[in-house]
Amino acid sequence: MALKPSTSEGLVTRPMLILFAVLVSLPLWIETVGLYQYLGIEIVVWMIYALGFNLLLGYTGLPSFGHGAYFGVGAYAFGLVQLRVVESLWLGLLVGILAAMVAGALVAGLISHRRGIYYALMTIACGQVFWFTAMKWRSVTGGEDGLLNVARPTIDLGLFSIGLRGNTPLYYLAVALFGVTVIGLWRLVHSRFGTVLKAIKQNEMRAGFVGYNVWLYKFLVFTISAGIAGLAGSLFAMAQKSAYPDVMSLHAAGLVVMMTLIGGGFVSFWGPVVGATVFFLARDLLGAFTETWLLWYGLMFMGIVLFKPEGIAGAWQEAVRRRRTARARTVADLSDSRRK
Amino acid sequence: MADSAEPLFVASHLHKRFGHQVVLEEITLAFRQGEVSGIMGPNGAGKTTCFNVLTGRYKPDRGQVRFDGEDITGLPPRTIARKGVSRSFQLINLFNDFTALESILVALPEVRERGFNMIGSLSRDSAAMDRAAAILQQVGLAGKEREPSKMLSYGDRRALEIAVALAPEPRILFLDEPTSGMGTQATIRLANLLADLKRRYTMVIIEHDMKFLFELADRISVIHWGQVIAEGSPAELRANKWVQASNLGKLA
Repeated sequence: MALKPSTSEGLVTRPMLILFAVLVSLPLWIETVGLYQYLGIEIVVWMIYALGFNLLLGYTGLPSFGHGAYFGVGAYAFGLVQLRVVESLWLGLLVGILAAMVAGALVAGLISHRRGIYYALMTIACGQVFWFTAMKWRSVTGGEDGLLNVARPTIDLGLFSIGLRGNTPLYYLAVALFGVTVIGLWRLVHSRFGTVLKAIKQNEMRAGFVGYNVWLYKFLVFTISAGIAGLAGSLFAMAQKSAYPDVMSLHAAGLVVMMTLIGGGFVSFWGPVVGATVFFLARDLLGAFTETWLLWYGLMFMGIVLFKPEGIAGAWQEAVRRRRTARARTVADLSDSRRK
Repeated sequence: MADSAEPLFVASHLHKRFGHQVVLEEITLAFRQGEVSGIMGPNGAGKTTCFNVLTGRYKPDRGQVRFDGEDITGLPPRTIARKGVSRSFQLINLFNDFTALESILVALPEVRERGFNMIGSLSRDSAAMDRAAAILQQVGLAGKEREPSKMLSYGDRRALEIAVALAPEPRILFLDEPTSGMGTQATIRLANLLADLKRRYTMVIIEHDMKFLFELADRISVIHWGQVIAEGSPAELRANKWVQASNLGKLA
C-alpha cells in the first residue's frame, strides 16, 4: 500500500505564504486601518511565543501554566548581554534562547515524570520561583523596575548593517525570526519526533509500553518550547527596550494559555497565531471603547471554552467542512435534476 | 540463554501489596517458549496486577522476574518492552486520535528507533507503512487503515489493541482479557486470530471465558487470593478438585 505524503507536510505551505505576505506588507497598511507600527511587533512576538507554547499544550498535551518564566529569562538574558557584555544582536538572541532552554531543562528535569494536574501545578510553582527571583535578585535583574535602557543593537550582516532604532526594521527582524520559527515548528510537528509527541499526548502509558522513553521526550519538548519562549522574550526586550518581572507573572503566563485556547491550538497549528492576533486586536479595539476590555475578552474566553472548546480555528474548520458538504450536495442535486 | 532448561519467562515468589491489601502473595509462574499459557481466576484474584508486575508497571515488593535468563525485576515498562515483552490491556488502551495505521506505525521498533528525528516525516517511510498495513491485515483490519481508532467498532478496537502489542514483534506476548466485553461472533473471530498467532508467538493470556482458554492454552494457571492454586494442562485442570469445586470447573 503506497501512501502519498500529503502536501500539508511540505517545507513551506500555502497558508504560510499567505501569512508571510500579510505580515511583510503590514507596515504599508497598518496605519491606514488606524493602528500603529509597534502593534505589529507585539503581535509577532507573541505569535512566536504562543506557537512554541502550543508545542507543549496542543501537540504533547502538557499543560505548562508558568511559561512566562522562559519568556522572561530570554528577555533578561538578552538585556544583560546588551547592558553588561556587549551590544550584539546575534549574541543577545543566542544567549536569550540558550538561557531560556537551560531554565526550561532544569524545570523539565524536575517535572517530566508527572502528568495532568500535577504537571500543571508544578509548572506554576516553578514559574513563580523565576518570577520571585526576578523580583528579588536586584543586583542582576533590577528588581521591580527591571532592566532599563536595553539597546536595540544593529543587525550586523558583515557586508552591511541595519539599525533597529525604528519600529519598522525591528518589526521586519521579528517577522523574519517568526518565519524561521514557523517553518521549523511545522517541520518538527510533522517529523517522527512530532508523531511520538502526539502519541504521548493521546496515551502516555501506552507509549511507554511500546518502548518509548516518555520522560526524555517530555524533557526535550519542554526545553525546545522554553527556547522558543526565550527567543520571543529576547525580541520583547528589544521592543520594550527593557526587561521586567511582570512578563513572568502568573497573569502574563495565563495570557499565552488563553491566546492558544481561543485561537484553537488543540486542533490547528495556526491556532496560537490566530489567538495572539485576536488578543491584541481585542486589547486595542475594545480598549478604545472601554477600559474594561479585559472583562469582555475574559467573557469571550469563557464563551469559547463553554461552546466551542476547539477555538476559532476549530470553528473555521467546521465551517469549511460544512460548506464543502453543502457544495457537494448541490452538485449532486444538480446532476440529479439534469438526469430527470 | 543462561540455562537452556530455564523457561523463557519465569516469575518466582512475587509479592505485591497496596497499603494493607495483599494482592499477590507468593506467585510463581513459568512460561515456556512457543507455548500458550492461560491465567484464570475470579475477579480481583490478582491476575491483572500480576501482569502489571511482570511487564514493569509495578515493582514487586519481593520476588524476581526473569526473561530469557535475565533479571528484569523492577525495570520500567519501556525497557522491558524493548527486550521483546509486549502486552495488551483489559480496558482498551489505544492512541484514540491516530488512525489504525498510525497506531501500529508508532509501535514498530524501527519507527521507535528513529523517534528523535525532528525533521524527516514518518509518512514518507513506505517500508514501515507496508509493515503496519500487513499487521492490520493479520488481525482482520485490512481496509480500515485510515479510520481513526476511536471511530472503529468495539470488536475492531479490541483487534487493534492486540495489533499494537504485536507490532514490536515480541518474543512473548501478554494479553489481558482479549475477549473482554465482546459478543459471541466477535469472540469466535478473535479465537481464530489467536489460534493463528499461536503458531508464531509465545503467549500468556488472562481470560474469563473458560471454553476459549481451554481450547487455546497449552498450560493454565489458576490464581485465587493472590496465589497460584492450580496449574497444568487443560485436561489436568478438568480433573483437578480445586478447579471443580470452584465455579470455574463447571464449564470444563
